[in-house]
Amino acid sequence: MKFLVRRYRAVLAAAGLFVLFLFVLPGYQTKAIEIIGFQAKIILLVIPPTFVLLGLLDVWVPREQMIRFMGPGSGLKGGTLAFFLGSFAAGPLYAAFPVAAILMKKGAGFTNILIFIGAWSTTKIPMFLFENAALGSRFAFSRLAIDIPGIVLIAMAIKTLVPETEIERLYAKAEKMN
Amino acid sequence: MDTIILYMVAGACLAWSFLKNRQKTRTALKKAFKAFEAILPPFLVVLVLVSIVLAVLDGPTISLILGKDSGFRGVLIASLVGAITLIPGFVAFPAAAALLQGGAGATQIAAFVSSLMMVGVVTLPLEIQFFGKRVAILRNVLAYGFSLIVAVFVGWVVSL
Repeated sequence: MKFLVRRYRAVLAAAGLFVLFLFVLPGYQTKAIEIIGFQAKIILLVIPPTFVLLGLLDVWVPREQMIRFMGPGSGLKGGTLAFFLGSFAAGPLYAAFPVAAILMKKGAGFTNILIFIGAWSTTKIPMFLFENAALGSRFAFSRLAIDIPGIVLIAMAIKTLVPETEIERLYAKAEKMN
Repeated sequence: MDTIILYMVAGACLAWSFLKNRQKTRTALKKAFKAFEAILPPFLVVLVLVSIVLAVLDGPTISLILGKDSGFRGVLIASLVGAITLIPGFVAFPAAAALLQGGAGATQIAAFVSSLMMVGVVTLPLEIQFFGKRVAILRNVLAYGFSLIVAVFVGWVVSL
């Protein structure tokens, strides 16, 4: 109970603020309740299947095997695998950095690692389905369509613009991390 | 309609997983619930705050700041907010949907969503730890520029 209160302290504060807001500014009551209801409806409808998908991806995607085929010079196949590895992920972008360090350790090529980071940041499959439901298929599909070449171009641009010695330094650094 | 597709995909995957391996399916559902529980508190806070802000901002105000006619200035504001803030997509999408309903333009919302996901100013120090200054800054700058292109493209497709 104590644990729950501590964990939801901020939520309780926000809820209190919301009630206070409704009382102090009654003019906004209808609209505030309408908007919170609109958002809650999307969330309650869309979140359960999205998280089921996230859990299933986490359990079924064979990460170790995929990394083996992502070495430098693995070409289109390695890039595609890196893209899917990132897209099957769960969690915010900053959770991808430690995973990227592991990929470096295991010998994935640098362009592939950058593709992995790009995919993790913006083309995660469960998030795409969520976006599709919340913002419409035109929005979600057009964003996905331009993101795929964009991720590859950004990865290639970084690889070209950063000197080889810097990349070697990053690999050596990743080797020392655990 | 799109929600139905989501349920169908999730249901089909779940059924397939259950037939293949019950133990793994149980682990997956446990993980799903844990992940959900983990994001719930920050999620509810943002939900409440966004609702208050959106209630106060009336349609004309939203349109003025982020509407179709706000043009490049609106895109710039939306993309900067997206680049600086750290909001999980699960919270950002419903808020973005509410903004769209309230009169924001698709181009502006796409700029926000794209820079929110690809650019991380707050997490830059962490990114530098793993990728060094050069790569991290370059990645964020390129991702920000790309987000503006995404905004124009998505806005155009939605308007078709």
